[in-house]
Amino acid sequence: MNYEAVIGLEVHVQALTASKMFCACANRFGAEPNTLVCPVCLGYPGALPVMNAEAVKKTIEIGLMCGCAIALRSKFDRKSYFYPDMPKNYQISQYDLPLCGLGHLAVGGKGFSGDPLPDKVIGITRIHLEEDVGKLNHFGRSSGVDYNRAGVPLMEVVSEPDMRSADEAYAYLTVLKQICEYAGVSSCDMEKGQMRCDVNVSVRPVGETKLGTKIEIKNLNSFRSVHRSLLYEIERQTEAVRAGEKLRQETRRWDDALGQTFVMRVKEQAHDYRYFPEPDLMPVVLDEAQVAAWRAALPEAPEARRARFVADCQVTPYDAHVLTLEKPLADYFEAAAKAAGHPKLTANWIITELLRELGEKNLTIDTCPIPPAAFGKLIALVAGGAITGKSAKDVFAEMFASGKAPEVIVQEKGLQQVNDSGAILAFVDQAIAASPKAVEEYRAGKTATIQFLVGQVMKLSRGKSNPQTVLALLKEKLG
Amino acid sequence: MTELWKLTLAEAAAALEAGRCSAHDLCASLLGRVRAADPQVQAFLTLDETAVLAAADASDARRRAGRSLSRFDGVPLAIKDNLSVAGQPCGCASKILNGYTAPYDATAMGRLREDGFIPFGRVNMDEFAMGSTTENSGIRPTLNPWDTSRVPGGSSGGSAAAVAAGMAPAALGSDTGGSIRQPAGFCGVVGLKPTYGLVSRYGLVAFASSLDQIGPLARTVEDAAILLDGMCGHDPMDSTSLPGRHGGYAAALAEADVRGLRIGLPKEYFEVAGLAPEVRQAVENMAAALEQRGARRVEVTLPRSKYAIATYYIIATAEASANLARFDGIRYGARAHDADDLLATYRQTRARGFGDEVKRRIILGTYVLSSGYYDAYYLRAQKARTLIRQDFEAAYRECDVILAPVAPTPAPRRGELSDPLQMYLADIYTISVNLAGICGISVPCAVTNTGLPVGLQLIGPALGETRLLQTARIVEQAAALGVRFPNL
Ligand SMILES: [Zn+2]
Repeated sequence: MNYEAVIGLEVHVQALTASKMFCACANRFGAEPNTLVCPVCLGYPGALPVMNAEAVKKTIEIGLMCGCAIALRSKFDRKSYFYPDMPKNYQISQYDLPLCGLGHLAVGGKGFSGDPLPDKVIGITRIHLEEDVGKLNHFGRSSGVDYNRAGVPLMEVVSEPDMRSADEAYAYLTVLKQICEYAGVSSCDMEKGQMRCDVNVSVRPVGETKLGTKIEIKNLNSFRSVHRSLLYEIERQTEAVRAGEKLRQETRRWDDALGQTFVMRVKEQAHDYRYFPEPDLMPVVLDEAQVAAWRAALPEAPEARRARFVADCQVTPYDAHVLTLEKPLADYFEAAAKAAGHPKLTANWIITELLRELGEKNLTIDTCPIPPAAFGKLIALVAGGAITGKSAKDVFAEMFASGKAPEVIVQEKGLQQVNDSGAILAFVDQAIAASPKAVEEYRAGKTATIQFLVGQVMKLSRGKSNPQTVLALLKEKLG
Repeated sequence: MTELWKLTLAEAAAALEAGRCSAHDLCASLLGRVRAADPQVQAFLTLDETAVLAAADASDARRRAGRSLSRFDGVPLAIKDNLSVAGQPCGCASKILNGYTAPYDATAMGRLREDGFIPFGRVNMDEFAMGSTTENSGIRPTLNPWDTSRVPGGSSGGSAAAVAAGMAPAALGSDTGGSIRQPAGFCGVVGLKPTYGLVSRYGLVAFASSLDQIGPLARTVEDAAILLDGMCGHDPMDSTSLPGRHGGYAAALAEADVRGLRIGLPKEYFEVAGLAPEVRQAVENMAAALEQRGARRVEVTLPRSKYAIATYYIIATAEASANLARFDGIRYGARAHDADDLLATYRQTRARGFGDEVKRRIILGTYVLSSGYYDAYYLRAQKARTLIRQDFEAAYRECDVILAPVAPTPAPRRGELSDPLQMYLADIYTISVNLAGICGISVPCAVTNTGLPVGLQLIGPALGETRLLQTARIVEQAAALGVRFPNL
């Protein structure tokens, strides 16, 4: 019998806001422990929460990007459990009236394994807003809590159990991250804990419609560990079910070093969170016009941008996919293409040269030393015939190293393409005189030899001759 | 000149303004009274004499320089132990907050400090405001200054006892189900519970967030109105605080008049078993006195009153169970340092830190919110709460102000309300006001033949404080009890 996996994801994304969810403390990563705190986010006696409207807006924006139904009336609830990272021992969250209801995300491209994925739509159950908790640090025999993170606005995106493989889960996460970055609602830096993921996975015989026993995996702090833990867990569960074992509903912890999951708690130990409406906050009431205004101001969705690049810029669908994976890259491409006036050539240069160079130097598009306008200028020089493609690669390397403008480098290095037939003719004559053997072969009918002669001319002119002119003159001379 | 400690808030302000006394003299006189009277009453938990006198000296210096913060600059106020005053302990009369110092001012406190009022000690209360006698204080009980074999009421028992005994001209308290009005009634002072949201709760240690409200206790209606003027108004730090500007309550007292006023007497309130004859009589007498002054008496009905106690104890305990979860010894307060692990730290800290009544309510609240019970308890209680509010709305179509007892009896003897259920039932006249979010005031209206004060309650609609206080002023005049202090 064949088995299939059923996967749903709960993704926590920190909203990019100036201040925390319920107080005026800065929402910032990396400060000294317990320096971004106040009576409210420390849960001091008598302190009260005040809702951050910007965080609500960001949540609605991500909801709109995912095609979610937006709740015009929503509320916050208290979720109770004891843990030292939670100052009040309850978390202000949303229980039965989240800000965003049913929506969906289209996934495709490639999975983590590199295998191409068919296009598929993954349902989104809900997106709600809550406050983040602090961070526990363990030092030998004692522990400390840093509450800088406590109270940071956290959006929880809950998917439907629509994914069937680790690759699909990976693709979903990629698209979700992409959308959050596009909308500017989160920086999604997993290393900084700005995006965190819990996985629900079960297996069932192919064709079965009932869900198998659900296992939750926690502690996944990279897309890679989501993928690895799913591969591990799907195999573990499938083997267990095959062997006739009855799985129990439980929460497991992923150990990245060992590459295994371990039981954290079984269903009977599950918390009773005792949700009830947060009496310190008023219900969230939005009006239709406000939501419509936010919708109108949304950035272009990656899907739409992809389609536009294919239609307007004559790039291939695959190139469009690569260019839109991250919003900064797509923005870079658009700015550079505009400066160049040649989008297709710009796309080729970005994908083959720029991304390779960035990768080698361990840089990202945000830290790229070449501004998009300068990059576009380089493409314009190539397209306009001012420099040869060969020279352009040297100019590019120099731009990357020194940050100088392309026309300055061309000037300094004297790389202007030579288009003047008289000047080129002198090089052609020199080349013919220096390569009698090649000339003989060519005249004997081995026409491919002419490429060798072109090369000689380019060498003599230090790569600056227009290759088309060289070819034409050689043919003329050799008759 | 009379002893300064006997001055009301308004009299003290006038004396300061006229230069008849200094803030230093006033505070020193009150500190002397505390030294004499408090050993018998035990209203104060802490009172930093040096800090009080330093604040008084600063106030005097401002006044000499012509830079007084307000007319009230230099007037001291006793503060219930659940209100944050920056730099002072705020222990809610609980062992679990032993060692905790508040790092910030409650908004209401901050506003009064901006007017120059001086925080004058921390006064006792039932632990976390849970109780009706101040016997549930985790530190020690407070006694009724009129008869120390009796309780002062609660939970703001320390506030009421301090004001009644002349140890402070006025005090701040909090009222979740009657915690200002009932002790005010038992101690013979004025106690006001404002409309929910009129005074910011920021800095009031929460018992039941949807019911709690800060309010004044004073010896006159005017003093209560002055303090409400100083505290009220929207606070951006409290999302449940009402929008808009409010105030002018003290000034409006000059126009106090009950002619044409419709006084509603809820029929159900007079059918309560256990309503003491002297209380019934006092309310009846006052209704008649008001009629004599031109008010019209109407009978109203609050048919859902019978659900109020059950509703209250579900909602209040549910909210409290979450509100009190933060007291775990991790960040502040007392911690069981001998516990072996995290769970034991939580268990032992809370087992040792909380008193029985607090534990009882946390357990009750945890139970009613538990999976499978939520709909049957919490959700139904919320529905009942809506019905209770609608009862009042209907009643206020028939009348302007409701007249009622504060409690079924005058102050009970110590230990008399030790059965929790009996204690809960004594809240019958006060808790509906909190459930409906409206305003109520307790005004002294009689003295029993054994010398115990009897309070009377006026209940107004939401934001009906102006008329409520005006009516209370007429009651105060009609009762004509004069200035009385217990012999201590
Ligand atoms: Zn804060």
